[in-house]
Amino acid sequence: MIDASVRAGLQRQTMQLGETEIELFQGGTGPALLFLHGGAGLQQDAPFLEALARRFTVIAPVHPGFGASSLPFWLDAIDDFAHLYLELMHRLGLTGITLLGHSIGGWVAAEIATKSTSAIARLVLVAPVGIKVGPVDKLDIPDIYAMSDDQVERLLYAEPDKWRRDRTKMTDADLLVLARNRQTLALITWEPYMHNPKLKHRLHAIDVPTLMIRGAQDGLVSGEYAAAYAKLIQGATLTTIDGAGHAPQIEQAERFVEEIKRFAGA
Amino acid sequence: MKIWHFSETAYPYLPDPASYESVRVDLPNKFFDPEKGAALFDRFIKEWQVAEEEGLQIMLNEHHQTPTCVDPAGPLLLAALARVTSKARLLILGNPVANRRDPVRVAEEMAFADILAHGRIDVGFVRGVPYEISPANSNPVYTNERQWEAIDLIVKAWTNHEGPFSHEGRFFHARRVNIWPRPYQQPHPPIWVSSTSAEGARRIGARGYNQATFLTGYNNTKPVFEGYRRGWREAGRGNDVPIHRLAYAAFVYCADNEVWHIGINKIPTHFANPPGYNTLEANAKGMRIGLGRYPKAPTVDAAVEQGIMFAGTPEQVLRQFEKFYDHVGGFGHLLVAGQSGFLSHDDTVHGIRTLSREVLPQLGERYPDTAISGQFREMTPA
Repeated sequence: MIDASVRAGLQRQTMQLGETEIELFQGGTGPALLFLHGGAGLQQDAPFLEALARRFTVIAPVHPGFGASSLPFWLDAIDDFAHLYLELMHRLGLTGITLLGHSIGGWVAAEIATKSTSAIARLVLVAPVGIKVGPVDKLDIPDIYAMSDDQVERLLYAEPDKWRRDRTKMTDADLLVLARNRQTLALITWEPYMHNPKLKHRLHAIDVPTLMIRGAQDGLVSGEYAAAYAKLIQGATLTTIDGAGHAPQIEQAERFVEEIKRFAGA
Repeated sequence: MKIWHFSETAYPYLPDPASYESVRVDLPNKFFDPEKGAALFDRFIKEWQVAEEEGLQIMLNEHHQTPTCVDPAGPLLLAALARVTSKARLLILGNPVANRRDPVRVAEEMAFADILAHGRIDVGFVRGVPYEISPANSNPVYTNERQWEAIDLIVKAWTNHEGPFSHEGRFFHARRVNIWPRPYQQPHPPIWVSSTSAEGARRIGARGYNQATFLTGYNNTKPVFEGYRRGWREAGRGNDVPIHRLAYAAFVYCADNEVWHIGINKIPTHFANPPGYNTLEANAKGMRIGLGRYPKAPTVDAAVEQGIMFAGTPEQVLRQFEKFYDHVGGFGHLLVAGQSGFLSHDDTVHGIRTLSREVLPQLGERYPDTAISGQFREMTPA
């Protein structure tokens, strides 16, 4: 029997954390899972979230400056997001959670875990960015600000034609959100580009089981990068999902959810 | 009415545009021949000297990583011109202070240039066009806020004479600011800021700085100047906004023969519109209509009709100018893009001389510097 709240989708609420007001989507039953979205924003009705909500209480905040979450003038870095979510976990009384982050959300999750794992049982990083492991004269992550939208989509998806959104069919409100998400992403990832130089020196301190997931066709996060990232976290395992690019939770939702359930022992 | 001769200092010897995706940011500098480049500056500087001889003022700017303007350091060119001229005003429009990391250094450069020029510098500040973002690695978000914090810090550095002060702002930090030399002009050189939006102009009007708008034509210039006047009045500066606070930049070519054409500005969207540079509303709108193509360079006739160019014989230029001036309610400075890379030295000099000898005197008569801006007249067609 499917839980009524799951059929109705994740429920929206807002939450004031210091000077920042965020939107927050929540639903499902079971152990708590905190999902931190990536640079494209939160798709609260994505099938993988609905599926996860059958096994977990899914809590999915919208990052400051994305969606309808506010963006104080002083708030401009991934580190700010990490502090915000530590506060959120404390306010909601969360313990023993699965912390799941995608792309920049994975970067936030890693930063959180290097600060405190007291509320966290396990960490899942999906195509995370946030460290620099390559040489000085080569970007670890291709410069998404120096290529056309079309080129970016080709790096993001194994099947770009299937998953890219048709902007001419989006509402004005949706386009405004899209523009805002892109703007905030630029603000927080511009320089240093897509990373915190200190993060790789802190990852060794993460003391919870960690799973890294990467799509085999991910054109932004390479296999070498993910392997180097995983190697820096004690006991971390790296799983590659075929037929998926930078967002395996979208392109291979079923396989993805199975991996999470298996890892969480649910 | 002051006329300022401006050259973009373009390097025109480029391969076929079909062979590259972007003329700015990415075009390799293997296409720059240093000897040809040096010779170009010999002629550009000579043209500015001719402008001075003819009673015009001098304006320059800077751009980065592009053959469309091979002067990446306005302060250096300013210093060079300061020592080979003696009476023209020298306007740098402008220092791209949203992209410069160290406003105190900018304050020093301008103060020093003013000393080298014995007090002839007009200092301009700009946000920088969007394709300057990538070369400067400058965050495209909060460029307006960075620009204004920088301007405030620069003006304070110029006008503080009692020893070090500190600044710990949102974007810039400096613990002991105490520049030497101070500017030649006291309390500081005239300040110009450019803006092509009514809201930007409003902020400039509130400060009382000179405001320049570029190539905004018949449709978009009046709202910008109105924005300036609104800011001026709201700040309690009085109802009347003097004409010499406002400037308009256009292509101007004055001659009997048709040698002009407007250069190409082939730039892909990701450099022409980085996220955060334009407002969310503008970007959302752009996404719906799928902006991906860069506009073609207009023909001379189209440019004249739009009001971004005045071209033809002196009589024609005068008539076009008068029509435009009356439509937008007047301005005190005409910034003349008199050389955009395709005009020969002789043609450029000819244009400068003709403008100065056959157009400027009439403008001076018809548009006194004491005029008040915002008086509109629609001219009936000739």
